[in-house]
Amino acid sequence: MKIEAIILSNEDNVATVLADLEGKSSFQIRKGEDIVEFRVAEPIRYGHKIALRHIEKGDNIIKYNEVIGRATKTIEPGYTVHVHNVESLRGRGDLD
Amino acid sequence: MVFQGYRRTDGKVGTRNYVGILSTVVCANEVTESIAESVNGTVSFIHQQGCCQTPIDIQQVTETLIGLGKNPNLASVLLISLGCESVVVEEVKAGIEASGKRVASIVIQDIGGAAKAIAEGCLKAQEMVHEVSLTKRESFPASELILGLKCGSSDTTSGLFANPALGIASDEIVKLGGTSVLGEVTEFIGAEHIIARQARTEEIGNQILELVKQMENRAKSTGCDIRGGQPTGGNIKGGLTTIEEKSLGAIAKAGTAPVNAVYKYGEQPEVKGLVVMDSPGREPEILTGLAAAGCNIIAFTTGKGAPQGFPFVPVLKITANENTWHHLQDHMDLCLSGVIDGRKSLNDYGRDIMDELLAIASGKKTKAEISGYTRSMDIYTVGPVI
Repeated sequence: MKIEAIILSNEDNVATVLADLEGKSSFQIRKGEDIVEFRVAEPIRYGHKIALRHIEKGDNIIKYNEVIGRATKTIEPGYTVHVHNVESLRGRGDLD
Repeated sequence: MVFQGYRRTDGKVGTRNYVGILSTVVCANEVTESIAESVNGTVSFIHQQGCCQTPIDIQQVTETLIGLGKNPNLASVLLISLGCESVVVEEVKAGIEASGKRVASIVIQDIGGAAKAIAEGCLKAQEMVHEVSLTKRESFPASELILGLKCGSSDTTSGLFANPALGIASDEIVKLGGTSVLGEVTEFIGAEHIIARQARTEEIGNQILELVKQMENRAKSTGCDIRGGQPTGGNIKGGLTTIEEKSLGAIAKAGTAPVNAVYKYGEQPEVKGLVVMDSPGREPEILTGLAAAGCNIIAFTTGKGAPQGFPFVPVLKITANENTWHHLQDHMDLCLSGVIDGRKSLNDYGRDIMDELLAIASGKKTKAEISGYTRSMDIYTVGPVI
């Protein structure tokens, strides 16, 4: 069966979208062998990430069970998680 | 598992049998290209370095040229020098000759200009091609493969599917006694703790962390923020948000084998298995570094569709993005989109990559070799042009 989105580990607060979800209100996310139904709040592009739960401003974004950045705004479930609401924590010069 | 390769006098095994025309300095590029265009069986390597650089970079350019000349995919080498450059052509020549290869050189200012250099170079190259064309392919075990790992123009499919599948193939090569070289230290940033954990000893782990620190500091020392350049605009369009996310996906291509050693840019590994080589992530410099390190084949995963190969090392292009596969048929060699469809597993694709590597090592042409999309290469330098 075609995967519409994938969650890579239990700790992750984002999933990666692997289908065109334009016009869809919900989709199926693969998590290991399980499939879970999830609601989309806005159109999300192929290859981009969707918030799986409420993410507070300043919270870590977790993918691959690792920190990939920090939320610069509060993100509600079903919304896109990308450069407009996430910042990198590396190679910046202003952080240790 | 075996492939059909070319035996060299230093014991290395080539997957191609070219006469290499190597430019020692940016000022000799025109002559180098003209000779390679005129003589079938030759291949050129041109770059932007070789003069008016700090001693540390002149040393790096010299060592890289020696490494390229020693690459087992070159049967013999013709060096093209301008004459007044900082790189010393005799030093490069002697370095390559240590591998037992025939090496000749032409100095444009000594011979009397470009036209005479091209004429003399063509005659020398023709004679060399004639000689090396007698070498036949023989059967070799997969342990003779020195695989270079690369990912470029990445999107989210790279980290999710293409890189993990390449990691499975890399583990297989290591298991068979071969060598796999991981570069792109910039793309360890945010994932270095994982690679350091894979190191065979604590010392090797610390060397990896030190390389990443140096690379990160170099980027920061410009007064800029790495975020302006990494991830690239194309990566961001493809769904990658931060360098950490890009790195976590990128290192998956190294598989799970222990890291046996850490080497300088372009340095030839003395040990087998998985090794790390200092290098940036940009295509012209990392591909050159892998070739100088002696890689006789390179596997290159891509999401959005990076087109480059390398002049004399075959580069297998792998994508897990079905759109890229259909859209860029003249650049992609292997499509792994079946994981998303549920048709195939990552392990199936690891085996497919291994089979394809053996076929290419035995002579099957890659898309980059057929299209000739291989010439815009360069040598990695650390200091300014002065």
